Amino acid sequence: MRASFVFSEVITGLRRNVTMTIAMILTTAISLGMLGGGLLFVRTIDKMKVSYLDDVEVTVYLTEDISANDQNCTGEPCASIRQSLENNQAVESVVYEDRAEAYERFKRIFEGQPELVELARPEALPASLHVKLFDPARSEVLLQEYTGQPGVANVDDQNKFLDRFFNLLNAGRNGTFIVALIAALAAVLLIANTIQVSAYTRRTEVGIMRLVGATRWYTQLPFLLEAVVAGVLGAIIGLGGLVALKYVVLDRILAATGGAIPKIELIDVLFPVAPILLGVSIIISAVTGYVTLRLYVRH
Amino acid sequence: MIRLDSVSKVYKTSTRPALEGVSVDVDKGEFVFLIGPSGSGKSTFLRLLLREEAPSKGRVMVSNFDVAKMPRRKVPRLRQTIGCVFQDFRLLANKTVAENVAFALEVIGKPKHTITKVVPEVLELVGLEGKADRMPNELSGGEQQRVAIARAFVNRPLVLLADEPTGNLDPDTSQDIMLLLERINRTGTTVLMATHDHSIVDSMRRRVVELHLGKVIRDDKRGVYGVGR
Ligand SMILES: Nc1ncnc2c1ncn2[C@@H]1O[C@H](COP(=O)(O)OP(=O)(O)OP(=O)(O)O)[C@@H](O)[C@H]1O
Ligand SMILES: [Mg+2]
Repeated sequence: MRASFVFSEVITGLRRNVTMTIAMILTTAISLGMLGGGLLFVRTIDKMKVSYLDDVEVTVYLTEDISANDQNCTGEPCASIRQSLENNQAVESVVYEDRAEAYERFKRIFEGQPELVELARPEALPASLHVKLFDPARSEVLLQEYTGQPGVANVDDQNKFLDRFFNLLNAGRNGTFIVALIAALAAVLLIANTIQVSAYTRRTEVGIMRLVGATRWYTQLPFLLEAVVAGVLGAIIGLGGLVALKYVVLDRILAATGGAIPKIELIDVLFPVAPILLGVSIIISAVTGYVTLRLYVRH
Repeated sequence: MIRLDSVSKVYKTSTRPALEGVSVDVDKGEFVFLIGPSGSGKSTFLRLLLREEAPSKGRVMVSNFDVAKMPRRKVPRLRQTIGCVFQDFRLLANKTVAENVAFALEVIGKPKHTITKVVPEVLELVGLEGKADRMPNELSGGEQQRVAIARAFVNRPLVLLADEPTGNLDPDTSQDIMLLLERINRTGTTVLMATHDHSIVDSMRRRVVELHLGKVIRDDKRGVYGVGR
């Protein structure tokens, strides 16, 4: 196989129909860019799950009566609630926080807003039991068991709130993947069409090649490579788009969330997203090219 | 070199067989005219040898290749031992004369140094040594056919098939082309030429196989075009 021959055929092929080639590359770029965006979504969600779920607690707020009169959680019903939580299989640890400590924490959290701290009185804050679970995802059971028990004002599950948040992110991720899929379909059709047009415009050449005894590799590899080259160019442009998107848009938006959503690092884009996009582009273009040649182009 | 054994060919879209019970034996180094009226099956005959078509019945041998039975992936090797020339030249308009000839070698993977050596040689053989860098549209019909012959011959095929190679040329130019084909035949290449051209067949006095409605009706060792009719 003479590489120089195949290479020059590929270049002429791509240049022969420039508008079509550009359309093919751009569609592939959009599709792969969306796919990469979806993968970054997944990566971000994973990162957040790790950092959030570790800290997720169920907080059992105690009634005013206990908050005011049972400073150390030694009387009833506080002591037995605490005991039963500690005995629970799913619970990792239980920490009691009395009214004074709650006030201290409140002051710490709202350090930056003295007027708020000014307004708050320790008497307004309930004492609470901070419960850490082995598996934060199973907080639902606890919530049901302790809500409404004597001595319990209400049970607050951070996981519930996070769930809603993650659902939003998951929906964003799914939407991105769906658009990526539709764009991929358009890219595949364009690739198939370009190859057919390309094979048709080169039918004289291919006819002569067949006649002088060129193998299938020689007659068809240029078409296949044309598709693959366009696919790879599309992947590279898609990646470039993602990097640009990160610096121009995402960095600012994510910074505005105050760290609630972690920043997307350049390394996240380069690995594993970049090799995945390149791999996908090569596989899709090569398979589409191969099938098209098999079905529509006589050897 | 070439043997057809009771070969029939019925195209899917037609009822009348294009060839019917054809048996022909051609030795190495022979020069054979294939004649007959339009539609008699001459091109079909040549296409069977190239495995452009498969016979409906019978056996086709070219050199050591059992043409009808060979697997598709071996067909390129068969075609590398056969050179082809057509009435319409089939040159690539965007390549020079030398590039057109080199193309036939490039696409079968011949090394560059071989190509740069043999292309000028074959261009000299066909009498185009000064015109290597011309484009096909800067050549006369006869010259274009010489390029096509050079391309067919550059890989030194065992067999040269020519389907009405003089069909688009005036009588003088046709004579020149025939001299060239004779020269190629003298190198030991078997030549099979389909033609309508009476005067060429009559003047060459070579073997003539006449087809009529797909059947061989005459096979003369040193024939002319129209005996008995
Ligand atoms: N691809 C095809 N499909 C169907 N029928 C065909 C095909 N090619 C040729 N035929 C038919 O087969 C018969 C022989 O055709 P062929 O081309 O071999 O004749 P020919 O002798 O070369 O004629 P000509 O001198 O006009 O070139 C004709 O009746 C033709 O219509
Ligand atoms: Mg014909």
